[in-house]
This record gives sequence, C-alpha cells and structure tokens, in this order.
Amino acid sequence: MLDASPPFDRLPNKPGVGYKPQHFAEIMADPGPVAWLEIHAENYMGAGGRPLAQMRALAERFAISVHGVGLSIGGEGRLDPEHLARLKHLIGWLKPASFSEHLAWSTHDSHFLNDLLPLPYTAATLARVCDHIDEVQEAVGRRMLLENPSTYLAFSESDMLEVDFLSEIATRTGCGLLFDVNNVFVSATNQQTDPLSYIDAFPLDKVGEIHLGGHDEDEDDHGATLLIDSHGKPVVDPVWALYDHTIARGGAKPTLIEWDNDVPEWPVLAAEAARAEAALAQLAQ
Amino acid sequence: MTDQTDFTQALLDPKSAVPDGLVDPQGRPAPKRFDVYRNNVAVSLTDALETAFPVIHKLLGDEFFRAMAGVYLRAHPPSSALMMYYGAAMPEFLRSFEPVAHLPYLADVARLEIAIREAYHSADSTPIASETLGALAPEDLMQARFTLAPALRIVTSEWPIHALWQFNMAGGPKPQMQAQDVMIARPEFDPVQTLLPMGAATFISALGQGETLGTAFESVTQTHPDFDLSATLGCLLGASALTSLTIGPPT
Amino acid sequence: MSTTAKTLAVAGAVAAALSVQMTTPVHAQAQEKCFGVSLAGENDCAAGPGTSCAGTSTVDYQGNAWTLVEAGTCADIELPAMADGTERSGSLEELDRDLPA
Repeated sequence: MLDASPPFDRLPNKPGVGYKPQHFAEIMADPGPVAWLEIHAENYMGAGGRPLAQMRALAERFAISVHGVGLSIGGEGRLDPEHLARLKHLIGWLKPASFSEHLAWSTHDSHFLNDLLPLPYTAATLARVCDHIDEVQEAVGRRMLLENPSTYLAFSESDMLEVDFLSEIATRTGCGLLFDVNNVFVSATNQQTDPLSYIDAFPLDKVGEIHLGGHDEDEDDHGATLLIDSHGKPVVDPVWALYDHTIARGGAKPTLIEWDNDVPEWPVLAAEAARAEAALAQLAQ
Repeated sequence: MTDQTDFTQALLDPKSAVPDGLVDPQGRPAPKRFDVYRNNVAVSLTDALETAFPVIHKLLGDEFFRAMAGVYLRAHPPSSALMMYYGAAMPEFLRSFEPVAHLPYLADVARLEIAIREAYHSADSTPIASETLGALAPEDLMQARFTLAPALRIVTSEWPIHALWQFNMAGGPKPQMQAQDVMIARPEFDPVQTLLPMGAATFISALGQGETLGTAFESVTQTHPDFDLSATLGCLLGASALTSLTIGPPT
Repeated sequence: MSTTAKTLAVAGAVAAALSVQMTTPVHAQAQEKCFGVSLAGENDCAAGPGTSCAGTSTVDYQGNAWTLVEAGTCADIELPAMADGTERSGSLEELDRDLPA
C-alpha cells in the first residue's frame, strides 16, 4: 500500500505514454520527455505481485492515469458491480491523477468480449450512458473522462452526431472528455466525414487528456478505405496535423502516446513522446 | 433496432448473418466492417489464451492451438473483464475435446499453467525466518501450525507435468512416464516451480488446512512410509511458502 | 513409531532442512523460474487484425486441420496414452476418420 497520497493531483500538460512492464527499468532510469504514465485498469486488478509493486514505485515519481477498458459503459445491461468494486478499490489505492473510460460496450449477458464495441447514438442510448456514468462517478467518488471511439460501421437508427452525443453526456453528467485524435481520424475516414469539423465542434474545454496512436489500413466490401485502430505503429503525419489543430484551438493538454501491439523498444516510444513535446512547445511560443 | 444480444450472437458465430441496421456511410449493409469487430473479439481472446498457455501452445503447434482456441472462446467466453485470469475452464475443455483425446496429459499441463498465472497475481507475503523454526523445542515443533503463502499452488498429476513444462519451456529432456506433483510459489515476483517428493502434496495440503506439523507428518506416513519430511520442508522454506507459525490449538 | 520417535524424526528433519537452507543459496535449489517481466493476458484498448482472418473462419477447422496436432512438440513425446500405461485403442488415424472432412 502507498503510505501517503501521491503528490500528483492532475496530469501535467506534457507527454505521457501507455505503460508497458518491459519498459520499467528504462523509465525509472531516464524517462526523457515522458512526464506521466497511463495504465489499463484491468491489468492492475490482481491481488499483488510485480504489477502492483511496479505501480507503487512508478506512482512515487509519475502522475498516473488509470484508463479502464472493461467497464462497458455503453452496455444495455447494468454495470458489473464486481468490476465497479475492483475499479473503486484500484482508484482508492493508487489515487491516480486521472481516471478515464470509453464510449463503448464490451460485456453482454455476463460475457466479456474484450473489444470496444459500438453503440447507436439516440436519445435512449444517451440516457443509458449518462446513467452509467453517474453510477461510475458516484462509485469511484470522482469525475471521470470519457473517450471518443474508433468506429468501423454506422447504425441506421442513429439520429445524433457522435460529437453532439459526447457533448451532451459531458453536460448532463459533468464528466470530462478524453479526446483521441487518432480515433477522430480513423472514424472520420471510416465514416467518410470531415475530421476538422469534428474537432471544431468538440467541446475541447472539457477535454482533460489527448490520445495519439497508430493505426492500420484495410478496406471494406466496396473497396472504401477502412482504418483499424491497432496501436501498433507510429502516429501518422495527418494525425499529428490534427493534433496541432486541436491544441491550437483547445490549448495544451496532457498528451498520451498509445502503443499496444508490437510494442517497440523504449527509445522509439520516447521519440514519439518527444514529438508531442515539440508540438506543445511550439504552441507555447 | 440492433440490440446487443443480436450483436453479440453474430460476433461469436461467424456463420450467422450480420444484424440489420449496421451500415456503411452510404447506408448499405457492411459485412466486412462488422468482421472487424468479429476479428477483434476472436483474435484478442485467442492471443490471451496463447499467452496464458504457452506449453499447451507448443505441444499442439500454433495452427492447431489457434483453431482450438476459436472453439474454446465460443464455448467459454470470458466471464470477467480480467484477461489475466481468462482460460480457467481450459483443463475441463481439454479433457472433453475429442481431437486431443489421445493426449490425456494436456489437462494437467493446463492446470499447471493456470497455477503459475494465479501465483503471479497473488497477494504478496513475508515468509517466516528459518531461525523461527530452528528455535522451537521438538515438542513445540509437533504442535506448530503454519499459514501458507497466498501464492502457493500445488498441482498433482499422474503425468510428468513438470518434465513436460521443462521440455517445452526450458530445453529439458524428453519426458519419461511418471506421476509428478509440482509446487508453485513466488518468493519474489516470478513464480517458481518445484518438483515435490512423493507424499509432499498431501502433507502440504494438510498444513494448509491448519493441521499441526506432527499430525500432518503422521497422516502422510500412513500412505507414504518413505515420506521425506526434510526435503519437503526444504522445498517450502526455499520457496518462501510458509508465512506464519503458531504453536498450539488453531487460533 | 512411538510419539517420542516421531517427535525426534520431525525435529531431525527440520534441523536437516534448515541446515540445507543455511548453506545453499535459493537460486541453486531445484526451482525453475516460470517467466520474466512481461506477462500473461493483459487487457488493452487496441483493435486487432482488420477484416480478414481468424475471427471470421472458425469451426471450419474441424476435420483435416485437427490432424495438425502433429505439428506441435507433442509428436516428440512418447507417453502412454493412459496414465496406467495401457494404450488407448484409438489412434490418430482413427480419430481423423471420425471427424467430418
């Protein structure tokens, strides 16, 4: 257990990276431009061992963002009370600088599907998501951030734009937003919409964190480009350009480099973080 | 309306039609777009099983293992969001999966691999100092009761599971037919496994149930007259598996 | 064994075990580390492989593909098919025949 509250009550407006255990020694020795770390909540819900020991050490030196991937906030069913309890325990123990989750669902009928699945944007789903966010914020005793998704298809029943859906959630529940610029690019490509309009309509004043990551390219039944949010490559230039646009409009934000598949050696990840640092520095001038 | 019941059913059954109302930007049906989600589910769960059962993966080969994982994940989708524990039903699955019926040792190897993962994520504990044990008078030793480390797991088998693990993961020799009992413990952060002497599994289980050293020893010698207490205690102490000691009646 | 004899046997075994502990470093004892830093079944929020591959084919593997079990190391391991040493009557060939082609 941590003896005292970590000294970080918020994420700095600097680069962070998605933490991978194989980078522990290098991060402790020299984090370079990396000022904070993000973890996937579910990987720290064991009872002990190396994962928690590493986190205890890292939380002494870095602001930590807890990013859940398994709460299924967009699910039709009620939130899993056991999972919510585990989350509450983790957040109580680690006292992270930030907690975030996804606008998606992953559990149905007690089956966890291990993917961030899409939902239609309607008045009914809006009400359900807001209820779930109220329940989460109540349970963990703090404000959360909700992340915009990468989507690969649309629901014919949707009658709201995603950006309006997210804005309305933030207004009704008081939650903040996590703005994933790569997801904006991936979804806009897949849905054949304009990413700049999405950014310009987004309530950036409610954004507490930005995500950047790499994606893969594929195509659909009709040969249209389909981007896949694979987090296995460097961030592409068009996404960096959208990032510049985002911070020019919304100001500097804590900015995370996500790399989950084919995780590279530490210097590669640190170089991506350095690029975000340079963009933030450019903005300050 | 596309409800999540239909969505889930179609995700897990690739032969079923894509639910109505899932479309591309022009409003046309978009089966390949839906396949992205199907693949995410199947491949991520298959990957999780491959990471969880490296020895089973090697024993069966990549192509067979991944095909089998496809059957497993549809029969036993995760019941919790914690991928670190996914695969708990693998031993029973392997016992009844006809194409591996000629490899009856697989289920016990899977039990061993699950025990290793559980030990990795178990609560931390502090072992008793050897001196504590050394300082006890013989009569007190007989009345000593122990708490076992939360990470401690015993896997008993009629198969050479330790040798099978060694052969596949550590370049060990070809396994010879013999029953093997294995103890998994976690002195620090990496689980370690120790091949147990005959009878040790019974003895350690008795200690774990709160029996005294004397009673546990006595009962194991009924079934294993040659039981090696010294070697067994050596295994326990060496693996930091004993975490508290009390003398007398259970507290 | 009398109670006294048992007590002495236990005390002797404890003393022997302790003396081994004192003289043999833990890493030299018969233990094997099971794995290192990176581990088992992590959650992440990345998408996978795109539109074409394992998730869409599935149980079509039944039949001939199940013979691929011979591609694993199990083919090198000659353990009797039953723990009591008796061979099972069914061989791999016979098993193939039972499956849909």
